[in-house]
Amino acid sequence: MLKDVTLGQFFPGNTVIHRLDPRTKLIWTVLYIVALFLAKGAAGYGMMLIVLLAVIAASRIRLSVILKSLKPLLLVIILTAVLNLFYTSGETLVSFWIFRITREGIRSAIFMVLRISMLVTGTFMLTYTTSPIALTDALENLFGPLKKLHVPVHELAMMMCIALRFIPTLIEETDKIIAAQKARGADFESGNLLARAKAMVPILVPLFISAFRRADELATAMECRCYHGGEGRTRLHQLRYARRDVLALGLGTVVLAAAIVLRNYGL
Amino acid sequence: MELRSEQNSNSAIRVEHLRYSYPAAEGQTEHVVFDNLDLTIEQGSFVAVLGHNGCGKSTLAKHFNAILLPQGGSVHVWGMDTKNEALLLEIRRCVGMVFQNPDNQIVSNVVEEDVAFAPENLGVAPDEIRRRVDEALRQVGMYDYRAYAPHLLSGGQKQRVAIAGVIAMRPKCIVLDEPTAMLDPQGRREVIDTIERLSREQGITIVLITHHMKEAARAQRVIAMREGKILADGTPDEVFSQVELLRSAGLAVPETTELLYTLNEAGCDFPLGAYSAEACAGLLLDYIRDLRR
Amino acid sequence: MNPILELQNLSHLYSAGTPFEHVALQDVNLKIERGEFLGLIGHTGSGKSTLIQHLNGLLQPTSGRVLFDGEDIWKDKKFTRQVRFRVGLVFQYPEAQLFEETAYRDIAFGPKNMGLGEDEIHERVLRAAGFVGISQAELERSPFDLSGGQKRRVAIAGVIAMQPDVLILDEPTAGLDPAGRESILQNIRDYQAAQNATVIMVSHSMEEVAANVSRLIVMNGGHVAMTGTPQEVFRHAQELERIGLDVPELTRVFLELRRRGLDVPTAVFTPQQAAQVILQLRQGGARHA
Repeated sequence: MLKDVTLGQFFPGNTVIHRLDPRTKLIWTVLYIVALFLAKGAAGYGMMLIVLLAVIAASRIRLSVILKSLKPLLLVIILTAVLNLFYTSGETLVSFWIFRITREGIRSAIFMVLRISMLVTGTFMLTYTTSPIALTDALENLFGPLKKLHVPVHELAMMMCIALRFIPTLIEETDKIIAAQKARGADFESGNLLARAKAMVPILVPLFISAFRRADELATAMECRCYHGGEGRTRLHQLRYARRDVLALGLGTVVLAAAIVLRNYGL
Repeated sequence: MELRSEQNSNSAIRVEHLRYSYPAAEGQTEHVVFDNLDLTIEQGSFVAVLGHNGCGKSTLAKHFNAILLPQGGSVHVWGMDTKNEALLLEIRRCVGMVFQNPDNQIVSNVVEEDVAFAPENLGVAPDEIRRRVDEALRQVGMYDYRAYAPHLLSGGQKQRVAIAGVIAMRPKCIVLDEPTAMLDPQGRREVIDTIERLSREQGITIVLITHHMKEAARAQRVIAMREGKILADGTPDEVFSQVELLRSAGLAVPETTELLYTLNEAGCDFPLGAYSAEACAGLLLDYIRDLRR
Repeated sequence: MNPILELQNLSHLYSAGTPFEHVALQDVNLKIERGEFLGLIGHTGSGKSTLIQHLNGLLQPTSGRVLFDGEDIWKDKKFTRQVRFRVGLVFQYPEAQLFEETAYRDIAFGPKNMGLGEDEIHERVLRAAGFVGISQAELERSPFDLSGGQKRRVAIAGVIAMQPDVLILDEPTAGLDPAGRESILQNIRDYQAAQNATVIMVSHSMEEVAANVSRLIVMNGGHVAMTGTPQEVFRHAQELERIGLDVPELTRVFLELRRRGLDVPTAVFTPQQAAQVILQLRQGGARHA
């Protein structure tokens, strides 16, 4: 069911990782991704894996949750592995029919799988340990300078925040509409592509109408609570860098530097 | 003149000669909701508004904090004309609103962040926001849930969070538009108890729009509406004793009143103002004991 | 004769095998007879919604069986689909599923999916509209232009038009004003009488179920906590309150009278019933005097 999706979910907690300033975590994630793409050999990947595992351990997010979040990507991961396995030239180890497995193929398959799963897990760690609000605040703050260029940073951040808030609600609603139409004998599984596309109408029309109604009611509710744009707005949680943020950013820089060093010395 | 201003100083909301109609849809005549409506809500009172669906209750409520503006006549909130744009924020701060669907009024993914939304909009200092949020959550009994995601709460809990979000503005009045319509009995109890406590302990003016007669009976004043007009207005006793009139407007009376009224039709002579089971049982018991004596 | 619906050791787990796993139904056994008007009560999250979605095969049991007329509704795909039409389910706030250009076409959606002929569909739509009091003129209008109460009726008609043997309604009167509530209940009673149908109604209003149903099922924590006639169930006021429910207001009055030493029946739900009891006492009292 749609309800089971864990993507973009936030698991509240009070660990060091949770307490880091969201801007720190955002910058850290960027540093991490860059380092991950720079990683080349076993040492590079090994270091990144240790870093990731350390972060996971510190955040106390259960490994089973992370594995589950990778599940939707299983197909992509397998496909990448297979492509790398068979289509990398080099020293042939096994060959049958038109397929050839090379030593380099195995190597690059392993690294690609590691890279994708570590990339996804790393970014998930950001959303798992940071409330969407904090994340939005961080984005608004980091992109704040763009306001001078008349980029509606506050509005975009607010939109993102509301979208995140309503994802679970709309997913639940979609489940309900599907069930209700099924109860009237709607058939979403058989027929050709056109028939299936047409079968979506009884879901999409009510969903859009409901989304518009919700948007309208929410807009009124926000006005009732004195919302009038970003001007003069204060925040409950002020973003403030602490000692641990400086340390974390320092550590992030070191990881990136180490990745560059490891790459250039081909370890 | 002197007398009038004396009277007005007690009024929280003053509606005078209100005229409002919804613009005509294509091929239809415009829908007149109010034509010359007068109404005053006293400071600190707990008022219930009854009426069938589409009688204009919600439209009226939206006039109380300048979400809608009068097309004719005026609405004053603590002396502030809702048409005065310079006072808009102060009017909305004074008169908070809670709506029927709790899902569509919670802005944030975390309970305490949502409660902080209004004070943030008002530019309150962070320390003060913290104080207000904690206080508001305690008042509705949701402090322990401050770090929860709203979609994990029950309907009654969500609705109490919505109330906390309004209290955090330190309003003088809260208007609730069918806040219990989507809740189960337990949720209804939670919400009504909360509202009653705010009225009693904080002296906040309460306007409660509802279809539940038992809830309305807990107010100090009941206003029944039909087609944009006031059908009956008074204490619960005064309004609910007009059983036939309310029925004609598609409304009901509390079950206990209905029983006493039915008995009176059969020749008894009960006062109709017993809304709790205990009070009603007391009346019946006295009656039967009298008979047996 | 077999009961029209039967649940045998029905259990349902949500999100099985994930950290979010929870038991929605546990070992539910239930027989529903033909022609019953059944009330289903329980606080939010007690398993009512999960239960009713098993009755027409929208949810598949994690373990246990659902029998329609003695046959497992999951025995083959064709039968499951057939059961969908014979057990009509009206969801909470059903107006949220309207999607067609006219009320007529929306009501026709179910019958069309059943693969009925044009004439048969036409007849059923008119009949269903008749049950819920939707006029010819309203049938031709967009369902979105109708009032809230009328939308609700169109949505209910959309299920009634399938002429199900069992009609299940999840809080059909939620959010309506007293007059609207009473008239929807009348529509449901009319359908039951005309089709000799079985009706299962989920409700949060104890007064409403007490006045309408012949048997009550009380759900709590995924179990059936109690079942019996309203008379039997509403005797347990404290037990009901403990699980977040209530008894009808007038039952409460008579329980109070009894507590204070008056020998009155407590199976009293409507003002008419209550008045009758008191008036009988008056006559009895007069004779006594």
